[in-house]
Amino acid sequence: MFDGLDPLVLARIQFAFTVSFHFIFPAFSIGLASYLAVLEGLWLRTGKDLYLDLFKYWLKIFAIAFAMGVVSGIVMSYQFGTNWSVFSDLAGPVIGPLMAYEVLTAFFLEAGFLGVMLFGMKRVGKKLHYAATLMVAVGTFISAFWILSVNSWMHTPAGFEMGANGQYLPGDSWLEIIFNPSFPYRLVHTVIAAYLTTAFVVGAVGAWHLLRDRTNAHARKMFSMAMWMAALVAPVQIFAGDMHGLNTLEHQPQKVMAMEGHYESHPDGAPLYLFGIPNDEEQRLDYAIGIPKLSSLILGHSLNAPLAGLDTIPDDEQPPVTVVFWSFRLMVTIGMLMLGVGAWSLLARWRGKLYDWRGLHRAALVMGPSGFIAVIAGWVTTEVGRQPFTIYGLLRTADSVSPLGAPAVATSLVAFILVYFAVFGTGTWYLLKLMGHSPHLGETGVTRGDKGPIRTAGITPGPTQDPTQRNPGGTLARQGDRQGEQPA
Amino acid sequence: MSVNVDLTTVWAFIIAFAVFAYVVMDGFDLGIGVLFPTFAPGRERDQAMNSIAPFWDGNETWLVLGGGGLFAAFPLAYAIIMPATYPLIIAMLLGLVFRGVAFEFRWRDPAHRPLWDVAFTGGSLVAAMSQGMILGALLQGVAVEGRSYAGSWWDWLTPYTLLTGLGTVAGYALLGATWLIWRLEGKPQAHAFRLARIALIGTAALMGAVSLYNLGLRSEYAERWLSAPEIWFAAPVPIATGLVFIGLWRALSTRKESAPFFLSLALFLFGMAGLGVTIWPNVVPPGITIWDAAAPERSQVFMLVGVAITMPLIIAYTGWAYWVFRGKVGEESYH
Repeated sequence: MFDGLDPLVLARIQFAFTVSFHFIFPAFSIGLASYLAVLEGLWLRTGKDLYLDLFKYWLKIFAIAFAMGVVSGIVMSYQFGTNWSVFSDLAGPVIGPLMAYEVLTAFFLEAGFLGVMLFGMKRVGKKLHYAATLMVAVGTFISAFWILSVNSWMHTPAGFEMGANGQYLPGDSWLEIIFNPSFPYRLVHTVIAAYLTTAFVVGAVGAWHLLRDRTNAHARKMFSMAMWMAALVAPVQIFAGDMHGLNTLEHQPQKVMAMEGHYESHPDGAPLYLFGIPNDEEQRLDYAIGIPKLSSLILGHSLNAPLAGLDTIPDDEQPPVTVVFWSFRLMVTIGMLMLGVGAWSLLARWRGKLYDWRGLHRAALVMGPSGFIAVIAGWVTTEVGRQPFTIYGLLRTADSVSPLGAPAVATSLVAFILVYFAVFGTGTWYLLKLMGHSPHLGETGVTRGDKGPIRTAGITPGPTQDPTQRNPGGTLARQGDRQGEQPA
Repeated sequence: MSVNVDLTTVWAFIIAFAVFAYVVMDGFDLGIGVLFPTFAPGRERDQAMNSIAPFWDGNETWLVLGGGGLFAAFPLAYAIIMPATYPLIIAMLLGLVFRGVAFEFRWRDPAHRPLWDVAFTGGSLVAAMSQGMILGALLQGVAVEGRSYAGSWWDWLTPYTLLTGLGTVAGYALLGATWLIWRLEGKPQAHAFRLARIALIGTAALMGAVSLYNLGLRSEYAERWLSAPEIWFAAPVPIATGLVFIGLWRALSTRKESAPFFLSLALFLFGMAGLGVTIWPNVVPPGITIWDAAAPERSQVFMLVGVAITMPLIIAYTGWAYWVFRGKVGEESYH
């Protein structure tokens, strides 16, 4: 079994699968950690229990998303060695230390303070608890910083020299490696994407509960916050994406050629193709529909700016155009839809109808998962666009792979697929179940114990039906954290 | 066995420290997972799990430091060991997936809690066994050609690796049981005392068996342990280990509450020292030394700066988190 398959292709599928699955969780938890920090900060400043309720509501969701991010992330830290051992050996001296810094400055910080954030309010008090929340939020950002530096280095390698044994060795300046040319753009674009992803999830949950009861104060608050985020950040993201694209044009032109579907060079003004069927064999875009000169205007800031096409790139150095072409369009489309929802919400707010326009709520609900799709599509665009290289222009993917037989890789791939769909599918279901409950007065935190969460979920009447029966205005000290109530 | 203290040696000790920290800290988590089904469903199990819920994620981070640190400081070793033990690594990772999500999922889904309890135990068991077998596969020697693994994908499966795997499971169970002695009281604590004794006997037997097996495994190991002058460096390790075993047995007999856990840590420390003596200065026996596999000096220095700055902080706030959640996991809190 599996002997006829190509281990390289299997290893690539496995990496794509495990990293795509993993990326979903941090894309959510980076934004959510910051949102939690904002909510807790607002609670401490205003003293309004509404914010504490929302904090505890999203904390339960965060706990699950974070756990799934951790376990799928550990897989990634070993995938480099298991399936890409040659790459690891050669690039280890340069990117290994950056990943070690990620562990030292981010993972420990997040993990060290997570326990206090989830269970420790009663034990450490409000202020220290808020400090723990901030540490977790900062940790998620630092983590993004280092891993995107590593990833960017693979796109735009800088500051290295070649060793006699074929290894990539660090040069004089680590700053040159860390702040390689594409890193600042990628970092900004990706972190904003994480914030937008979270905003649209929060917005969709708010919209869902508004559609059921438009007077729901908790739902109103989270919907309003999410829509501010969408309205303000979506345009920033489109601008950041444009800058990132220009940076890519400078350093990885063939990726942009694939994104644009430019097989042929355009010496005096290139069209922006809206649609087309990439045809690698014939090296042309079939059934192309485009707007003349617009691509040159966007990328070259002039209608007649010349743009080279894939005809200037040897066949064996071209990325697969179809995937890059479509994933890019998918990402951009979602970005524009996000912009539209943000603008719509501004209009509704201006008219005083933010909590009344059902159409807006429905649109926000539908857009709930859009951030994840956009993030994965963007990831596919940039990573597939780097092919056929792992280290752009230097080390081919085919020369990076572990010396493993097809049966080993295929078996593990099947195991990952089965386990991930079962485990993370179930986890996603639990997340949706939590989101389906309306946030309410006296929301409980992450409870532990034989009576804790069961009570929340089942024994008492559904919280939305009669919130007055619950301990009103419950603070953590009275209401929430059962773990924290253990005697010292 | 001369030890020149250079950067590479320093890094070997840092990685060894990370691995040790992981083994003992996630060791008791995984051990509790292995012992979990012997506790009564309901309060006993909830308490066992609550005793580690705030810590498991931080504990597991040491595994990322061990793996990531190996990648960074000894990339060649990382690039050889991972493919050589491929199925074990994958099994360990998948085991850790089930173990990790079970912490959250079992509270979210009371109807399927027994299922997630099985996932918790199964995941812990698979991860523990895989880790022990990875150690065994490394100790028995890895086939290398050039800069790559050159064996088949079943080399890791031998009677010896099964023995090291079982030894690790028993050792983790000992750590888990002694942790629970420390953190529980009443009936489940009495149960943990019983489990600790069984685990201690199992650990002693398997550790002894692995040690004897080592002498026959590779001639250089026997030489290391049995010939002068090396024996003078090596001999204190098994002697100290033996003393710890005796002390641990007595601590369990006299119903000491925290001493058994710390003596179990000491047991692992000496076990680790024994392994160090056995393979030094190789990182991938038989042929790859730490100097063969080391990253260049610039990488080592850059990371050493990071370790020097962050490690004291990490230890401080990790210690603080343990301090915050100190004491018994009582049942009073639920009434």
